[in-house]
Amino acid sequence: MSDFKIEDLAWLILLLPLASAAITGLFTQKNKVLSAKLSIGASLSAFIVSGLLFVMVPELGKYGLTVSLKWISVADFNVDIGLRIDALSKLMLLIVTGVGTAIHVFSYSYMHEDRCFSRFFSHLSLFMFSMLGIVLADNLLMMFIFWELVGVSSYLLIGFWYEKASAGDAAKKAFLTNRIGDFGFILGILLVWATLGSLNFEYLEKAVLNNPTAFGTLATAAGLLLFCGAMGKSAQFPLHVWLPDAMEGPTPVSALIHAATMVAAGVYMLCRIFFLLDIPGSEALHIISWIGAITALLAALIAVQQSDIKRILAYSTLSQLGYMVMAVGLHAPEAAMFHLTTHAFFKAMLFLGAASVIHSLHHQQDIWKMGGLQKKMPVTFWTFAIGTLALCGVPPFSGFYSKDSILSAANHHSLPLFLIGTFVAVLTTFYMGRLFFVAFLGKPKSDAASHAHESPALMTVPLQFLAVLSVVGGLIGINTMYGHFFGSEEHAAIFPESIFAPIGHDPLAAILGLLAVGIGGLGAYLLYYNATSDKFTSSFKLLSKAMSGRFYFDELYAKLIKVTQEALARFADAVDRWIIGGLLVRGVHGSVELTGRVLRLVQSGNLQTYAFLFALGAAIVMFLTLVR
Amino acid sequence: MQVGLEHYLVVSALLFCLGLLGVILRRNVLIMYMSLELMLNAANLALVAMSRFNDNLNGQVMVFFIITVAAAEVAVGLALIVALYRRKQSAHVEDLTSMKL
Amino acid sequence: MQDIFFYIFAFLTLLCGVMVVANPFSRNPVTSAMFLVLTIASMAGLFVLLHAFFLAAVQVLVYAGAVMVLFLFVIMLLDLKEEERRKLNTYGIAAAVIGVGSIAAILVKTLAESKVGEGLAMPVKQGQVKELGNILFTQYLLPFEILSVLLLVAMVGAILLSKKDLK
Repeated sequence: MSDFKIEDLAWLILLLPLASAAITGLFTQKNKVLSAKLSIGASLSAFIVSGLLFVMVPELGKYGLTVSLKWISVADFNVDIGLRIDALSKLMLLIVTGVGTAIHVFSYSYMHEDRCFSRFFSHLSLFMFSMLGIVLADNLLMMFIFWELVGVSSYLLIGFWYEKASAGDAAKKAFLTNRIGDFGFILGILLVWATLGSLNFEYLEKAVLNNPTAFGTLATAAGLLLFCGAMGKSAQFPLHVWLPDAMEGPTPVSALIHAATMVAAGVYMLCRIFFLLDIPGSEALHIISWIGAITALLAALIAVQQSDIKRILAYSTLSQLGYMVMAVGLHAPEAAMFHLTTHAFFKAMLFLGAASVIHSLHHQQDIWKMGGLQKKMPVTFWTFAIGTLALCGVPPFSGFYSKDSILSAANHHSLPLFLIGTFVAVLTTFYMGRLFFVAFLGKPKSDAASHAHESPALMTVPLQFLAVLSVVGGLIGINTMYGHFFGSEEHAAIFPESIFAPIGHDPLAAILGLLAVGIGGLGAYLLYYNATSDKFTSSFKLLSKAMSGRFYFDELYAKLIKVTQEALARFADAVDRWIIGGLLVRGVHGSVELTGRVLRLVQSGNLQTYAFLFALGAAIVMFLTLVR
Repeated sequence: MQVGLEHYLVVSALLFCLGLLGVILRRNVLIMYMSLELMLNAANLALVAMSRFNDNLNGQVMVFFIITVAAAEVAVGLALIVALYRRKQSAHVEDLTSMKL
Repeated sequence: MQDIFFYIFAFLTLLCGVMVVANPFSRNPVTSAMFLVLTIASMAGLFVLLHAFFLAAVQVLVYAGAVMVLFLFVIMLLDLKEEERRKLNTYGIAAAVIGVGSIAAILVKTLAESKVGEGLAMPVKQGQVKELGNILFTQYLLPFEILSVLLLVAMVGAILLSKKDLK
């Protein structure tokens, strides 16, 4: 192996989870422990290899480096299976494999009593494979294929408890909603290919650099179509409806898919193809930023009045994803990736913390039946507290820095977006405070809560691991790495100066952000500290009803789909009844029958009529041949 | 006027038409059959006349064949009529309509 | 002399033909059959006039002999008195006249216009039976043999069809 290069290890990252998925899926269904160990091992090895790559692959230029195999080559259409290794994918690899490994370990304990333990791990590995494929892909087609694979594996994981009708429905909903986005995505891919003639990121980026007006008037359309994919995967308005329902899956799945990885794929993709969005004449980014802002605001409002712990976290995820998408739209992909990274840490941890609570409360998910967990579940309590602080954006936790970079980007570009962002920050603190005060503090509100006990070490260790990351994630220079990748030199501060970097860099954004945290936290404290019922509900009845009804998007979509489907069905019915059944089938049958009836008159059965007709025919033939 | 080919042919044509008339007009299967024989003979006459006036014996050979085939046809046809009559008790074409739907 | 014979035989042929098809005095099939014999006999006369002696003999033997015997046999086998009572319908007659009339008109008109006999003198040739046999057994040997098979098939068919319990 003289020509072995360190980057060839990237194949290993991709193939290990696949092998694990295949083996656990096909052979070790009976042996739970072996399946779990294989799957965790694959994930852990991928993490270690990612770390090796991170450390050992030298700093690469703008385009990173790729290892590729030829795959499709038809005429001038070439697609390789290529792995692109650059700063972006290296960090993302670490996030996915790191958080993924923590969740794998957590699941080992959480899912221990489940019948289909092996199946669960096989699906988890399949998901890891797909997700890593997206991260490593060096062209749009390959990305799209893994994109779909992620869709399938998330379908499998959300519908893991398929005996429950709601889980099956949620899986279908997630899959179908994603399909809508993916349809736009593939149209966008086709448009890119038709315009630039390739799907390779590096080629595309150079092509766009050389000829920024290649798309002409289609620039906005191309950007928005590609964004459709992200809209589905990252659950942006108006395709956001699947994410809360996806909470029907096992909670570790929610942590993996709906916090750290799958939903982040959309944002990652947007950052990957940022050069395609950021071209002169394209309005795409503008629209994207507004969609992100709307999603963030809507989701935060809805989260305020949910009572299911997982749903609150789900809407909070939606809201944070809205932040990220908004950041991309505000020409700040490095901020988006930064927030994605920190969010992956603390949101995965929050979900796992919620899982730990749910586990010890015998699958009780209503926050109004929890409470008083501080003493009984200390590790879960403290890690959850850290996660909450990080999510709210309290310095020096990681969320503060990433959110601040987004707010500062908004401050630079657009005042309304900045205001929305700040307001969402208030809401974020408010609903997280509500969740925390109600679920963890105060008196136990149910039997289960008063008999809660700490989860086993296999659950708490991943929590602590993620908690550490959540604390330091904002300070260790992740933003600087992303900044380098996207070619900005702004955040150059290193630890420990980096603690105070935001204030120095953009004081307005930092101070408003802190103020937002203060207001939200205060509001939550006043309303919910030691509360046994929701005072907000009783004070703002109508608003609260709309919020807890999730602004009736599901009902609206159901209605919309019903109407469209009914119209389509009626149309199809009419076509079937009148054109196919009437004109084609009955028309053919009728004309044949009519002809038959006419011809039957001739078939009288009378020999002499035949003879006469025969003679007449002969006469005509003779007339035609002899006389004329 | 010297009797020539056309005279024979006119006789042949008229005989043929008589046969056809019989086939169309008469409703007795047997008489229809006889009319058919008339038509065949009309064709024979035309062939022999042509053969004679063209000094070529092929026509006569053809007539020979026609007579043989006609004999065979009559044998089979009459057997059919007998069989039909046994079943229907009639030799009348208007009764022989079982082929009609 | 020959012309006179031609006219006599032609007249007899046509007259007897008419009597076969439309006898104004009798609708009995036997009468028709008898007139058919006469038609064929007079046609044999025409054949003789055309120097087709062998064919004239065959005509008389096969038609007037074998075929007519068969016809009469069948007529007697079947009880056909019923036919006499039925009347000719006018539509049938009209149809027949139209069909046959048009064909006759076309044929006669064509014959009158084409002048087929022009330039064709009646050749004088004797001993045609020998020549006919010669052709029949050399040039037309294969059709001749096939014809014998045909007769065999017809014979088998006729026997099969006239078996009593025909299925």
